Amino acid sequence: MGLSEDLYLPETAKALGITLRHLVTNLTHQSEMPTINYPDVKRPLNAPERYRGRHRLLKREDGTPRCVACMLCATACPAVCIHIEAEESPTKTIEKRPMKFDIDMLRCVFCGLCVEACPCDAIRMDTGKYELADTSRKSMIFDIDTLLNH
Amino acid sequence: MEDFLRQNIVLVSTLAKAIVVPIAIMNVVPFMVLLERRGSAFIQDRRGPERASIFGIRMFGLWHTIADAMKFITKEKVVPAGAHPVFFYMAPALLLIPAIGAFAGVPFAADVTIAGETIPLQVARLDAGILYAFGVASLGVLGIALAGWASNNKFSLLGSLRSASQMLSYEVSMGLTIMGVLLIYQSLRPEVIVQAQAGPIWKWGIFVQPVGAVLFLVVGFAEANRLPFDLPEGDSELVAGYHTEYSGMKFAIFFMSEYMSMVTISAMVTTLFLGGWQIPFVTTERLHGWFGTDVAGQALTALCQVTSFAAKVGSLLWLFVWVRWTQARFRFDQLMKLGWRTMLPLALLNLIVTAAVMLVIWKDDPRFGLGFTG
Repeated sequence: MGLSEDLYLPETAKALGITLRHLVTNLTHQSEMPTINYPDVKRPLNAPERYRGRHRLLKREDGTPRCVACMLCATACPAVCIHIEAEESPTKTIEKRPMKFDIDMLRCVFCGLCVEACPCDAIRMDTGKYELADTSRKSMIFDIDTLLNH
Repeated sequence: MEDFLRQNIVLVSTLAKAIVVPIAIMNVVPFMVLLERRGSAFIQDRRGPERASIFGIRMFGLWHTIADAMKFITKEKVVPAGAHPVFFYMAPALLLIPAIGAFAGVPFAADVTIAGETIPLQVARLDAGILYAFGVASLGVLGIALAGWASNNKFSLLGSLRSASQMLSYEVSMGLTIMGVLLIYQSLRPEVIVQAQAGPIWKWGIFVQPVGAVLFLVVGFAEANRLPFDLPEGDSELVAGYHTEYSGMKFAIFFMSEYMSMVTISAMVTTLFLGGWQIPFVTTERLHGWFGTDVAGQALTALCQVTSFAAKVGSLLWLFVWVRWTQARFRFDQLMKLGWRTMLPLALLNLIVTAAVMLVIWKDDPRFGLGFTG
């Protein structure tokens, strides 16, 4: 250590200069600070293509859900968060359709296995939505309408 | 009512000072907490807590301190099993009282003359105000020691012993560093010391006693338990030190007294080394010449001087915050080494050099000869 370090005070003065520079720079250039004021300002999501966000159910061209209630997603789901109740489809060529399709978002682990399992490409996680919070448990169970009209 | 005020102006003014000054010191605390939080944030390239709002008004984060206070007051009272039922409650008060009490001797403006009565703008005008201030300030150790002992917790006890040894060690140097100033101004009365620093800025203690000023400031940091000397706490070795078992308002009192002792120490540094309430180059007589000597003129003069005092104390308080977010802390053995092997010899050397220089310069001055009787 040199004399200046031994005396301690000159180095302290130097250090105070550094912190003061940061303080003044940040005070005078507040908009250039790295912090993003999150709920007010949102960072554009530069997510990769395969980013798994909130689920959505896809529709056919006539507006009916693509889902045929085959239960593969519910079977694949490790968190057991998909609850499907099937009913007979009015269309002759399609056997079943979902009467109820609930995803319990409180249980979902966002693994994407439901998307992998689906043979009809009816469920996807490509919405890019990650703000999943609400004030009640009930509102976090998404039903078929919520999932279709994402 | 008006007659009563006129007749008992000394009593009324003393009461007013005794009420206003402690309240003013306590109200520095929320602003200090704000300064600490936002100041540290901007030093570290963050924004800091600023989102608490009342009706959409954010006040730069000031409401956070009010929210803190509400949380402290409404928290559950936790007294650990085995804690001393009386001393456990007494300890925070024993730390708070010296922190405020030491301020009593500090003058914050020149004397005011109203209705023929001279009113000192100083809570208590004592014969040895400096000795009183240091005596009372050192009582804070009792509160810390008692808090550690009454908690019935090993971490608390170790923490309090460590802070007690720190504060006692640095008190020795603290007493010696001010001896130089006392020698030069030949008084133990803070108001006389401030009066002696009137006029040009180079009459200030910091220019007369530069080594003493730096030493006193460093020792003041140690006495206020501020970084780089914040050894009473230490998460990894002592949890939270002497206030490990304290929560809610009792903890808040420890917290507040830390800030209040910072205010008191800043006030002492201001009084001894930065000219107290003196405005550089502008004496009380000159202010009276500008504003007149009637009640309004005296009030304006006092206001200017109080502002000057507050500005100096405020700058020192900022220095406390600034250093905290710049410096890393010492290890305990380094702290003790610094206290006994560096600060104490330097303080003694400063005292001896000051005494020798004064003997040479003022040898022939009859006021400072051997026959000087004060």
